[in-house]
Amino acid sequence: MTAIALPTTTTLPSTLGNGLTRGAAELRMFFRSREAVLFTFSFPAIVLVLLGSIFNKGGHGDTPMSQVLAASMIASGILSTAFISVGVGIAADREDGTLKRLRGTPITAGAYFIGKIVLVAVATLAEVVLMLAVGVVAFDLKLPSDPAKWLTLAWILVLSVVACTLLGVAASGLAKSGRSSAAVLNLPVIALQFTSGVYVAMSALPSAMVRVAAFFPVRWMAQGFRSVFLPDGLAAEEVAGSWELGRVALVLGAWCVVGLVLCLTTFRWTERRAG
Amino acid sequence: MDAIEVRGLRKSYGSNPAVVGLDLTVAEGEVFALLGPNGAGKTTTTEILEGHRDRDGGEVAVLGVDPGKAGRRWRSEIGIVLQTATDAAELTVRETVLQFAKFYPEPRDVQEVVELCGLEGKADAKVRSLSGGQRRRVDVALGIIGRPRLLFLDEPTTGFDPEARRQFWELVRTLSGEGTTILLTTHYLDEAEALANRLAVIAAGRIVAEGTPRTLGGRDRAPATVSWHDAGGDHEVRSMDPVPTVAELAGRGAVSGLQVKQPSLEDIYLDLIGAKA
Repeated sequence: MTAIALPTTTTLPSTLGNGLTRGAAELRMFFRSREAVLFTFSFPAIVLVLLGSIFNKGGHGDTPMSQVLAASMIASGILSTAFISVGVGIAADREDGTLKRLRGTPITAGAYFIGKIVLVAVATLAEVVLMLAVGVVAFDLKLPSDPAKWLTLAWILVLSVVACTLLGVAASGLAKSGRSSAAVLNLPVIALQFTSGVYVAMSALPSAMVRVAAFFPVRWMAQGFRSVFLPDGLAAEEVAGSWELGRVALVLGAWCVVGLVLCLTTFRWTERRAG
Repeated sequence: MDAIEVRGLRKSYGSNPAVVGLDLTVAEGEVFALLGPNGAGKTTTTEILEGHRDRDGGEVAVLGVDPGKAGRRWRSEIGIVLQTATDAAELTVRETVLQFAKFYPEPRDVQEVVELCGLEGKADAKVRSLSGGQRRRVDVALGIIGRPRLLFLDEPTTGFDPEARRQFWELVRTLSGEGTTILLTTHYLDEAEALANRLAVIAAGRIVAEGTPRTLGGRDRAPATVSWHDAGGDHEVRSMDPVPTVAELAGRGAVSGLQVKQPSLEDIYLDLIGAKA
């Protein structure tokens, strides 16, 4: 019998390289899947067009409600491409055998997650551009000229994406199966958008609702995006009468930590019922 | 070194014992078939060997390493053909195989694997569009792309048409000829007989018989059945040595439908699992 033992000097491919390979595959699969593109990618923009067209009047001073919605709903976009797509994606990977198959190869868990991060980064960037394009074209949203505003946008985006992605990984374990995961994950997302001043102005919400929503990241994401795209005079309309950017950073940062801890303690390679 | 060494393997799910003290040795370079009815513990055993599942007890060494503690190097030297994956539906066959090639230190050539698995006509088709049998060939392609020393084939030809099965058997012989050790689980006894150097029957969580396709369960020592038809009706004689019976019949004349039958692998198998199940 011929020995075909691999020389142990051959190096295994790097986690980063494999992660980028996974990322390319994840992107191809995401953008080729009609459901993903329609429900995850286009859904927030469609809701923005609908709500913005209905609530075109009103608003505060010179700023119509549609522009407030356009700014707030960037948070919806991130919830969709980071939280939902990751949560549903991992639940599906667990169910359809992707994770089991990968577990039988020399790929590392880190490479798998780098693949998800690549998908989330590209999809979210494209999503934010899409949401802003809708805001600018349909509702005359003004893009800021002050570089400091863009810097604010950048750090809020990064914290939001990290928090939502980590929470999405953790939440992927809540669903019993890949099929039910979209329903399970959409419930908190829709509820939080109603209670966090995304779909409905904070001033119209019962105070108890506002207090509860303040514990979750969505309210702070939306508030942060309003600070970037709305005139500073509108800060007076916020709950505290200011943009509270310090608190935005604090709450989103805290959720990044919570998300990481949940990820590390709850992530499973296999389906629950498989034992 | 043996490719697989298992002693006293045990695994239960809750209060249900799935594997109860299983012993198994597979030599390097062998094609070894594991047979057994559904629920006998085949898949549990294979999944423990593949490193997919924890065990409750017993000693296991696969390529000299405990699969429960094995690392990336070990995973680069085994290949697994999964039983029920439906992943990567939106990628093409070639994209999928290429992706997996990049996970291994010394992969086979992608085009070569695509051809070896009979997928050259479907290389640019999306995995979603493939038939069940074609999909299984993709599973096989992903199992061998890393040039494994040990290949796990879990019911690889389920859903294949007869021609595809023959082609697949040729592929297994090619891989075996290159020195790959193969652990095959299958429901098809003709498949085990055609491919395996040795085989074992598993029932109720343990090995009940082990041997070559010729010797399994004392097949080589079992009496042959001589049957014929004449004016007196149908006759059947079981004998360890059927030659004198046949010679005597030849002297009589007017005998039709003469048959000498050794028990088939299927007879032996059904006997084995019937006795123990």
